Amino acid sequence: MAIISNAVTMADAGAFSVGLGSMTHIKTLTVTATNVTTMTLINGASSVVLDDTYPIYIFEFVNIHSVVDDRNFTINFTADGTNFNVAKTGTNIRADHQENGGSGALAYRENGDFAQVTGAVPFGEASDGNADNCLGGRLILFNPSSTTFVKHFTHEITNNANYTDASGKAEACHVAGYCNTTSAITGFQLAAGGNALNGTIKLYGLKDS
Amino acid sequence: MAVISNGTTLMDAGAISIAVGSMTLIKTLTASNSATLSFVDGASGVILDNTYKTYIFKFHEIHPSSNDAEFTVNFRDGETAYDATKTTTAFRSYHFEGDDSGLGYQQSNDLAQSTAIQKIGQLQSANDNDSCGGGEMKLYNPSNTTYVKHFQSRYSHHYTNSSPGQIDNFISGYANVTAAVDGVQFKFDSGNISTGQIKLYGIGE
Repeated sequence: MAIISNAVTMADAGAFSVGLGSMTHIKTLTVTATNVTTMTLINGASSVVLDDTYPIYIFEFVNIHSVVDDRNFTINFTADGTNFNVAKTGTNIRADHQENGGSGALAYRENGDFAQVTGAVPFGEASDGNADNCLGGRLILFNPSSTTFVKHFTHEITNNANYTDASGKAEACHVAGYCNTTSAITGFQLAAGGNALNGTIKLYGLKDS
Repeated sequence: MAVISNGTTLMDAGAISIAVGSMTLIKTLTASNSATLSFVDGASGVILDNTYKTYIFKFHEIHPSSNDAEFTVNFRDGETAYDATKTTTAFRSYHFEGDDSGLGYQQSNDLAQSTAIQKIGQLQSANDNDSCGGGEMKLYNPSNTTYVKHFQSRYSHHYTNSSPGQIDNFISGYANVTAAVDGVQFKFDSGNISTGQIKLYGIGE
């Protein structure tokens, strides 16, 4: 049965005939507890889709908050759904500016880049447990299901990092890299150095056509 | 009543049953020699509340009325004034038509606990009729009353006609307030927005 409105075919043959937008929400993961140490999205678990359904995936990070002082946020990926140990190589640039006006600078961060690292890699700098501190940003993962190519990702985040010995500051991190594997990437994990974190991650897929 | 087509349930129980787009156009503002373009929750069809956790403003062909004007943003946090306290970072890359190029932090454009306007662009030309800027700004969870409000903008524009070229501006930071941000205002630091559009989108579930 076709649905026709004002002479326009809205739906037919089991599909909508009009444009519905290409950015599709897949999953919202919200953590409010103060004892959770990782936020994980794995294909096939809890309705998460992270396979060849979409060629591009977008992770939105909202109010990501470290419960413990001075713990860097980190990310990692899995190719087997269990072990987050994919080799990664990437670049890291950062701009930062303290609330007291000091330290406005842009720099390449050799201590934030990574070369064939299988462990978790930097996502945002040390945050503290101040009640209003958090991180926001976006990570894009390109074609994670490919078994031919490495898997590129980029992320841009803004953070109000605090050091225990300095004033609060704005931090903008721009990272680009790749998972150096031809195995499909099936999962993503955000952590805060083994300590508790909370907030919301939203996962979207971008349709191919 | 469910709507079923070719064996697929398209609509049922008051909702569309298949996945639809998550990026929703909320409002388009078009400049016509406008002093400001303001998006205020609840006014003129604008939504800027807890309906969405991420909002994106898209800038299209922003052209100033005055030469060497710089495009700016500010936020309001519960009152009518656009004066939220902000701490931000700023850097840019550029390449002029004369082949001069570079990358660097812009101390002149960052803010430290300031209520002043935040520059998201640099000198733009009013004299060149084909000169304009484009880009986007993301604003995270403005209705939240626990955390600061992060935002990120990237604004690429034709640089002033005294040194024509391309400049790509990256601004990130936060409105250091726990009150909800319910209004966002864009303007040039001098003169008006001659022409251009700003579109507001919500990123939903």
